[in-house]
Amino acid sequence: MQDDIVMTMRGICKYFPGVKALDHVDFTLRRGTIHALMGENGAGKSTLIKVLTGVYPMDKGEIRIDGVDGPVVIHSPQEAQSFGISTVYQEITLCPNLTVAENMFIGRSQSRGVNWKAMEKRAGELLENLSIPARPKQQLGSCSLAVQQMVAIARAVDTECKVLILDEPTSSLDDKEVEMLFRLMRDLKARGVGIIFVTHFLEQVYAVSDQITVLRNGELVGEYLVKELPQVQLVEKMIGKDIEDLAVIKKNDPAADTHKEIFYAAKGLSSTESRPFDFHIAKGEVNGFTGLLGSGRSESVRAIFGADPVTGGSVQVNGKSTKIAKPLDAMKQGIGYLPEDRKRDGIIADLSVRDNIILALQVIRGMGHPISRAKAEAFADEYIKALNIKTASADTPIKSLSGGNQQKVIVARWLLTHPQYLILDEPTRGIDVGTKTEIQKLVLKLSEEEMSITFISSEIEEMLRTCSRLIVMRDRNTVGELTGEELTQERVMHTIAGGKD
Amino acid sequence: MANPKNNAPVRRREPITDTQLLMTITICIFVCMYVLALLIWGGGFKKPQMIFDILNDNAFLIIVSCGLTIVMITGSIDISVGGVTALVAMVGVMILNGNLSLYNGLITALGLSESWRIVFALITALLIGLAFGTVQGFLIAHLQIQPFIITLAGMFFARGMITIVSVDPQKATQNLMDILQKRIEIPWLGSVNKRGVLIPAKMEIGVVVALVIVVLVFFLLRKTKLGRSFYAVGGNQQSALMLGVNVRRSRFMAHLISGLLSGIAGFVFMMHTGAGNATNATAAEMNAIASSIIGGTLLTGGVGNVVGTFFGVLTLNTIKSIVTTSGLRDPWWQSITTGAMLCFFILLQSVVLMRKNRKNGKK
Repeated sequence: MQDDIVMTMRGICKYFPGVKALDHVDFTLRRGTIHALMGENGAGKSTLIKVLTGVYPMDKGEIRIDGVDGPVVIHSPQEAQSFGISTVYQEITLCPNLTVAENMFIGRSQSRGVNWKAMEKRAGELLENLSIPARPKQQLGSCSLAVQQMVAIARAVDTECKVLILDEPTSSLDDKEVEMLFRLMRDLKARGVGIIFVTHFLEQVYAVSDQITVLRNGELVGEYLVKELPQVQLVEKMIGKDIEDLAVIKKNDPAADTHKEIFYAAKGLSSTESRPFDFHIAKGEVNGFTGLLGSGRSESVRAIFGADPVTGGSVQVNGKSTKIAKPLDAMKQGIGYLPEDRKRDGIIADLSVRDNIILALQVIRGMGHPISRAKAEAFADEYIKALNIKTASADTPIKSLSGGNQQKVIVARWLLTHPQYLILDEPTRGIDVGTKTEIQKLVLKLSEEEMSITFISSEIEEMLRTCSRLIVMRDRNTVGELTGEELTQERVMHTIAGGKD
Repeated sequence: MANPKNNAPVRRREPITDTQLLMTITICIFVCMYVLALLIWGGGFKKPQMIFDILNDNAFLIIVSCGLTIVMITGSIDISVGGVTALVAMVGVMILNGNLSLYNGLITALGLSESWRIVFALITALLIGLAFGTVQGFLIAHLQIQPFIITLAGMFFARGMITIVSVDPQKATQNLMDILQKRIEIPWLGSVNKRGVLIPAKMEIGVVVALVIVVLVFFLLRKTKLGRSFYAVGGNQQSALMLGVNVRRSRFMAHLISGLLSGIAGFVFMMHTGAGNATNATAAEMNAIASSIIGGTLLTGGVGNVVGTFFGVLTLNTIKSIVTTSGLRDPWWQSITTGAMLCFFILLQSVVLMRKNRKNGKK
């Protein structure tokens, strides 16, 4: 093994039933480098990490670690730790009710007693050494999230760590805290620790990493030096350019939209999850939020629908000022929202297809005005036919339907309320190509009927086919708006990458 | 980029943990309450015997509450403790009275004196407590069954067993009770009565047992790996697992200790009353939960201290004395004040914790 290499993974394969999660992936980590692991949803980042930390057994391939002869087999996170591989997860896995010092040492000592003095002294040295602004006797819960994250890192580093895996450590931190974390990462790097940095924030990768490995659909795209890989190329590599064999759909004329009446407008809208942004949509317009995973596109539409607590901004619907604080407010204004996480926020798994379809309408009508059985059956049959939902009957529980058909049921649920504005967040994720096309066609058909639609998809191709205006987001900020001629794949990628080459 | 040193928070005061904060509040309130009672009613509250009476009557409750505090710190609950206490007291009395032929046979076979019955009663008490603790702990920790349900079953089981052991209330023979009810006299804490005779303060042996247990549990919770793992498990079970804590063992041990302490409490209860009765220690589990909460143990787990619990028991019973002294002699007033007290403490705790944690910013 080369001198400066601490860990190599060669030809790693991992199969799940029906899915190749990892297909011959290589990964090399050098001493004293920060190596970013990048990829979109389903690229295989977390699977690779889980193979490395022994959470999943790999099906093929070998892992070598500096100081150990021959390939190693890792069965558990504890075993990984004994090889010098430590992981700090996105969610802080410490106990908030214990002190900082205890969190750094609990579960590690062999003796039955606790020597507080020695423990606190050692913790104090370690914290000072790494310039972490926490005190050993402090209760962990009284530290900011960033400091808690750093304490977790300090714990990991203290265990003779050669490989430190940071799995999206920055996703709940603000800018200042991120900077603090980066300082610690650079410090550890200088001490010779190899760091694997998993994140979806482009800026952060360029701010702190030395190398980038990109995965896509479980395959290795390549390993690059950060300084040799411009942002736009990184985005291209992550998203890929493979154009799926979909029926060509005619796009509506973008010029026609400009004269239309505005249905919804927001100024400085923000929620607990999203930063302030401006947004508007005209009647019959189809627009979309685009950006990488975690760029804030879903958070923005959730703010529009009131799905997360709204913290500021003003909203106008049909030219009239209004307040949308919770989903019911939005529904009363004629806004529908198809959530990104179908299983969690969308379907009620054990209810029948019919009950799932009439749900939103029933909520709008209120408890006092139940929908009669006959009417419900009529509605359900109408939409099962209209959307071509493949189900045994309207009484079938929705959980036994395929993903695509479940999604159509949710679409039906909203169409039944006759919304004026429908937000579709990743309506095509995880569903087959045929249904994808159907949904895209439906979107365009609805827009011809004067319905406003906001469409979000990870697949840029799909957005380009359906939307006449794209709002581009990066790292939780709006960075551009593209219409008409600008709607090309290159242009979108450039904007996502921040116009840098 | 700023100098790293500048980002370090500048705070003069030593940081205080939630556990320490809540315990301090309890002790302060107890002291204030007692001083207030002293100023208003004087009399009985002036005599140290007042405190000793509370301790004598509630030694078993202190022991039970210690066990419950441990269980509550791990985020679990044990409501079988009152039933186990009563069962142990009943069995103990039966052994002392020679109503159980197994023990009579043992004593005759080994040629032991009558006072050995006390030793057998104690051993049996410990075994019964351990048995309940082991079974409940196993079901809760290893089979992941809801603690509330399991210990509810344990409570009914123990209460039912009492009647199986003896349908009628039992009273322990006086000669053995004389040994058990020996009181420790403390002259320097005594008081002089109207005739000028010094009456020393009297403390039962059970109180010594209770105090020793408080100290032992305090060290267990503070100074041992097992004790700290209780806090970790109660703070965040998933995290504790990731940090390498043996979560199952911790939960099991917490219930085991609670069972064992209920056994000891049952013996102490028998020493105090000398009676076995199906209605013994009624609602002891509820009083123990109340005492732990007043003492600063959170039902949600992860926060609590046995010293606080000790003062919790004192506070709860001092309030009852105050209610009686102030002329509200009907028993329901005690229940009402206990309820009000519990509400007050829970409110106070959540307000204090909210303020403390809001200061530290987000989420």
